[in-house]
Amino acid sequence: MTGGLDAYAPFVGTGTIEEIRLLGDRLRGRRVQNINSTAVGGGVAEILNRLIPLLREVGVDARWDVMKGGDEFFAVTKAIHNGLHGQAVTLGEHDVEVFRETTEQNLRSLSLCDDIVFIHDPQPAGLILKRPPGSHWIWRCHIDLSGPAPSVWDFVRSWVERYDAAVFSAPQFARALPLDQVLISPSIDPLADKNRELDARTIETVVTGLGIDPSRPLVTQVSRFDRLKDPLGVIEAFRLAHQYNDAQLLLVGGSATDDPEGREVLAECRERAAGDPDIHVVELPPTANVEINAIQRASTVILQKSLREGFGLTVSEALWKAKPVIAGAVGGIPLQITHKYSGILTHTVEGTAYWIKQLLNAPEFARRLGENGREHVRQNFLLTRHLRDYMLLFLYLGHLGQNLIALDGRPNGGA
Amino acid sequence: MPTVARDPFRFWTRLTLTKLTGRRAADLAELVEHLRTMPPSVVFHHTHHFLVQHQHLSPEPPNDFAFWVSNVLQEEQLGERLAAIDTIQFGSLHELRDRIVGVIDQYLEHRKELRTAPVGEEFHFMDAASFTLPTQHHARTLEEFADALRHVGSATIAYHLFEARLRVGGDDNDFSRWLEHELDESDLARAIRRLDPYTHTMEGLRQRLLLLIERRTASGVEARP
Repeated sequence: MTGGLDAYAPFVGTGTIEEIRLLGDRLRGRRVQNINSTAVGGGVAEILNRLIPLLREVGVDARWDVMKGGDEFFAVTKAIHNGLHGQAVTLGEHDVEVFRETTEQNLRSLSLCDDIVFIHDPQPAGLILKRPPGSHWIWRCHIDLSGPAPSVWDFVRSWVERYDAAVFSAPQFARALPLDQVLISPSIDPLADKNRELDARTIETVVTGLGIDPSRPLVTQVSRFDRLKDPLGVIEAFRLAHQYNDAQLLLVGGSATDDPEGREVLAECRERAAGDPDIHVVELPPTANVEINAIQRASTVILQKSLREGFGLTVSEALWKAKPVIAGAVGGIPLQITHKYSGILTHTVEGTAYWIKQLLNAPEFARRLGENGREHVRQNFLLTRHLRDYMLLFLYLGHLGQNLIALDGRPNGGA
Repeated sequence: MPTVARDPFRFWTRLTLTKLTGRRAADLAELVEHLRTMPPSVVFHHTHHFLVQHQHLSPEPPNDFAFWVSNVLQEEQLGERLAAIDTIQFGSLHELRDRIVGVIDQYLEHRKELRTAPVGEEFHFMDAASFTLPTQHHARTLEEFADALRHVGSATIAYHLFEARLRVGGDDNDFSRWLEHELDESDLARAIRRLDPYTHTMEGLRQRLLLLIERRTASGVEARP
């Protein structure tokens, strides 16, 4: 599916690839041990699968270990995850004991690196208990930490405070911590099936197969059937805009069979859309990457009307296809969209309806938003930027607290 | 024979890692209070990061302070004033910060009620660790200089034109200084010095620099007998 670093040059330019290799020269031989809690599935595993081969290619001795735990441990870490997301969760003494015991079991079997240890999310956070002398530790938080349950955050913070640096995906997730906090956004891979170029025939085959008329405007939201993605608000906004504008709506999301709440939300969407031939509610398997790509490319306007969001990478996916995007101003979405420059940020159903109408009727403005959006993603949300930021972070560990860091002596300014 | 520099121009690049300060403002009073005590690197980040991050946009969005004041607080008059601050005229980030603070203070004197940002849209102060490192590009003649300029990343142009001048306290840009001192190209150096880099996209700036060099080369050829 993906090539080496040079395969990204057509997207980001040779200058960017050259910069990454220059950083690689300064990190050559450095050892970076990534530890998370799952080898497959989930965004973290997906990112590590893509980044580790590239880090190795440029000279960083990167490896990836997965911590082990039983059902009880993962039930506790799921509660921690929900608590950090703001649910009213409290951890009991037994929960804390389970967390510590599993951490200690892993410490007995894992060989910890004495250079850079990169811990992803709360599950392995306690491994810092046996920090080898001289090593640097980074905690990478992929979770929306803007309003955590206080007792759960207190528990996680007690570990995180021992780290050298913490990494967050959006500025509002930063907490009061006695360590350096950096902003590193996630990324999309332009070579992945979900984002690569598709021919017109593939796009048409996919959308006609879903009952969409490719000759008419299409408004789409790609997201899980989750209340926080506000699919019912999307239907309402579309109906307001649809009164005077010809368009079709496609709500498409992953299969909800294992998720009781997802099933409920999907059923509500179908009920709300019933009888309207211009509203399509579609469930696709998680492997339907080419289909999602084709749907995004066939769309006239793409929505991401989230009420709460970790980062919302579907926005970058849509922008990369040069589509005008209307999205909720939450989580990491404002990092991806500058209102009226590279997309539209809204707060209400009515605002979303207003902008759907505007974009359907002002195709030139919509085109410009999409093109600006694609360039913004090219500069800021492709895999190569993610790789470069991680490499800068590894270098930064040798300069903690500094703002001006000259690698290879001081520049002479050319004079 | 073209003039050959004794000391070649070495093109550097500047890569930044964004740091989170954990400080935020929900209204103008909080914004200006935080700003008074923020280090210059924070002011630099919020007035310059968009040059590289939004380098393709035309028109470019204004600096972060102006954008937040106009679009989130919807204080459009103040937003316009902040956007109009002529960044290039300030020789140091302290002066630039004082000017931003002054403009907000002046506005607050006449404003009785403050608008508050919606929850989740507060202004988050960010800082940056800035890494400078040499690229493989260097030049001894004007021709080599132009050739390298065609190939370097936009961060390199930003570094030599913005960062060296403002952030590390220099009073000139690197290109003009080298062209003047090493190649005796005073007119070209002056023309580059006169450019307002804040009104161009980075790619536009690259093209503008190349055009100035081409004109100089053409006039040089014409002037020869």
